[in-house]
Amino acid sequence: MSDYQVVQSKSPVFYNRYERKSELQHQTHYCSGCGHGIAHKLVAEALSDMGLQDRTIFVSPVGCSVFAYYYFDVGNVQAAHGRTPAVATALKRARPESIVIAYQGDGDLAAIGTAEILHAANRGEKFTVFFVNNAIYGMTGGQMAPTTLVGQTSTTTPWGRRPSNEGFPLHMAELIATLEAPVYVERVALCDNKNIMRARKAVRKAIELQRDGVGFSFVEILSPCPTIWKMTPNEARQWVADKMVPVFPVSVFRDRKPPAIENGGPRQISVIELLGLGEFSPAVEEPVAPRSGRRNLTIKIAGFGGQGVLLLGQVLAEIGLREGLEVSWLPSYGPEMRSGSAHCHVCLSTEPVGSPLVEHPDVLMAMNEISLRKFAPQVVSGGVVIYNRDALPADFAVRQVRVSCVPASELADQLGAAKAANMVMLGALIELTHVLPREQALAVLETTLHDGALLEIDRRAIDAGIDFVRKAAVPAA
Amino acid sequence: MRQLCKGNVAVIKGAVLAGCRAFYGYPITPASEIAEAAAQFLPQVGSTFLQAESEVAAINMAYGAASAGLRVMTASSGPGLSLMQEGISYLAGAELPCVIVDVVRGGPGLGDIAPEQSDYFAMVKGGGHGNYRNFVVAPASVQEMADLTMLAFELADRYRNPAIVLTDGFIGQMMEPLELHPHILHAPEKPWAVRGSRETRGNLITSIQLEPDVLEAHVRKLEAKYKQAAEVEARHELYRADDAEVLLVGYGITSRVLRAAVDLARKRGVRAGLFRPITLWPFPSQALAQAALYSQMVFVVEMSTGQMVEDVKLALDGSVDVEFFGRVGGNVPLAEEICDQLMTRMAMNVDWGV
Repeated sequence: MSDYQVVQSKSPVFYNRYERKSELQHQTHYCSGCGHGIAHKLVAEALSDMGLQDRTIFVSPVGCSVFAYYYFDVGNVQAAHGRTPAVATALKRARPESIVIAYQGDGDLAAIGTAEILHAANRGEKFTVFFVNNAIYGMTGGQMAPTTLVGQTSTTTPWGRRPSNEGFPLHMAELIATLEAPVYVERVALCDNKNIMRARKAVRKAIELQRDGVGFSFVEILSPCPTIWKMTPNEARQWVADKMVPVFPVSVFRDRKPPAIENGGPRQISVIELLGLGEFSPAVEEPVAPRSGRRNLTIKIAGFGGQGVLLLGQVLAEIGLREGLEVSWLPSYGPEMRSGSAHCHVCLSTEPVGSPLVEHPDVLMAMNEISLRKFAPQVVSGGVVIYNRDALPADFAVRQVRVSCVPASELADQLGAAKAANMVMLGALIELTHVLPREQALAVLETTLHDGALLEIDRRAIDAGIDFVRKAAVPAA
Repeated sequence: MRQLCKGNVAVIKGAVLAGCRAFYGYPITPASEIAEAAAQFLPQVGSTFLQAESEVAAINMAYGAASAGLRVMTASSGPGLSLMQEGISYLAGAELPCVIVDVVRGGPGLGDIAPEQSDYFAMVKGGGHGNYRNFVVAPASVQEMADLTMLAFELADRYRNPAIVLTDGFIGQMMEPLELHPHILHAPEKPWAVRGSRETRGNLITSIQLEPDVLEAHVRKLEAKYKQAAEVEARHELYRADDAEVLLVGYGITSRVLRAAVDLARKRGVRAGLFRPITLWPFPSQALAQAALYSQMVFVVEMSTGQMVEDVKLALDGSVDVEFFGRVGGNVPLAEEICDQLMTRMAMNVDWGV
């Protein structure tokens, strides 16, 4: 009993006539003796034998096999140079029932697309890679490949590949096999019938593993390129056996079940529920109509990172929103946020907010001295400065601005919650401007904080701010 | 119900409503919240989120998902967009719809992470190789981050072409009220997609056309498509422009500041108005020419050294004096500064006597 069969018919996965070619539609564009012809045939036969033709999406690379879609009567997508594994990743995830074949050459996979193949393999993407390694760039006319052998000449290594200049050939199958996720990695060689039969089995196994949803499978195929190597087809096959196989050993590098998979992801909900629309909208009262009296306010809040400057701004904007006002919140962001100063701009208005950038705020909430010195001169005439100390610095004065010194950090410390200084400032703002009501502030905190203890601290901090401003307003006896 | 929302997050809320089924991205300041929101939201409604190994991979994953017929998007900032240009060219060449968000930061190179509008050329004029165009929409508010992302999905599918949401660090990072309606968009039928099914077995997605005549025919087809889109898809907005002797032109965050500058200029006795392009490609050239018909000066303000101003000049074709003022590096031109610049330039023109 032989373990192979002689196939004389053409696989139905190949078109009868290659109509996507402009001429010579009865034959392929591959040279005689080229390994692509054999590799294509092995893939096509496997797909037809397994009845997968309709489900298959073949991703062609850049290289001689860029035109694989001339031949494969399956869904075809052609990808940018090296990006086939990225394209295949999304195709497979978009259509999990499909059979995605990523077919790549050595320049595509092992040079320009090294990142894409390693990461797709590392994620264990459930598609199949056929990596055709012929140690040369064929389509562009014989330049060095990442798999070109040491000493092998090419148009870009005219004196032979020198490790001192070009490094050593990359062993992709071995590299892929160092990763956790791949389930099957094998290297085969198209150098004689026995090895071609081994390749046939490997191709089938790789596709079967995808069909069964097992995981990432990778077959490296050492392949002759007689034209560029300047050999006859027979010499080229022999060269694969004599020169390539010793460098790229033919072997199974990985054949195992996938590592255990963890959790199954989040609970599935509808878009409407996700966005809080329709009947799923959270129970927040409709905003009240803007009340009369002063409602427009531009506020700048500034301080050190960690003083809750940005959060205070967001709370103000949320209070304004619930009061039926137009609002905007604009932060300073990035490294500033982490290493020193942070500030944000809040606009509250009965009209749509024009520029969210506050050039001249009605109110400056300065959490530290630097912010006071930097921004107080920008406050509008008749505006308010709330400064987080019990007095202004001795050498500092601002004109035509009402200054309220509120030692917010100190008051928060007395409450045993240093981080609530921003809420003390909020209380001061409420009392000084009478634009935002205390009740709405508490309502906002109630829906954003889910910790009763924290809420109580913030409530006491806000009240401490309100009380301090009230007491300060009473002239000393 | 109106909710307070960050611009970058609004992009994903709009995308979810637009029926976006996949997001492939890579983090970068100031765009990362888009990827984070996508990671949070999309898997809850059965859609894909994947953090790619690079922007190069991300845009090619988008190419794959688009090939399979999914509404797909990615987002980044300038340096990432530079890496994506290859993929955008392939998307356009293969006629694949895809939404790409650019939250612009200061450049060139690593630049800084503060807002700029310096990616106009790269996004509006192409940036990748070959004869193609991107649709480009420019939101000026958090609400528009959602609305124009939805529009971008519609344009991308309608014309089978990439559509860019060109915004900046400010719009991305700021919070404003956002109102969404429970109206979910659906992608049109895509009989050309490759789905791994019997019906789509004969389909091919590719951008390679080696025969000169075949490629020329393909490029002419794209050209005709762009010409048709240019006639019907340009969008703009006017503010106090009816009687404007000076027309200010700006997009995105700058247009917000320009509104304040218009009001300020009018207080100072100058009849100023604002023309704000909402689509940067197609550029609303005809509408601009119309709006500037009775203006004595057009004053373009950008957070760049002058990029969109070239399209303004092309649109006006020498019919009116075009002046430019720009700030870069993350500095935003302020209304007062703009107004001062405006007055100075008007004073330089002796014919005016304002």
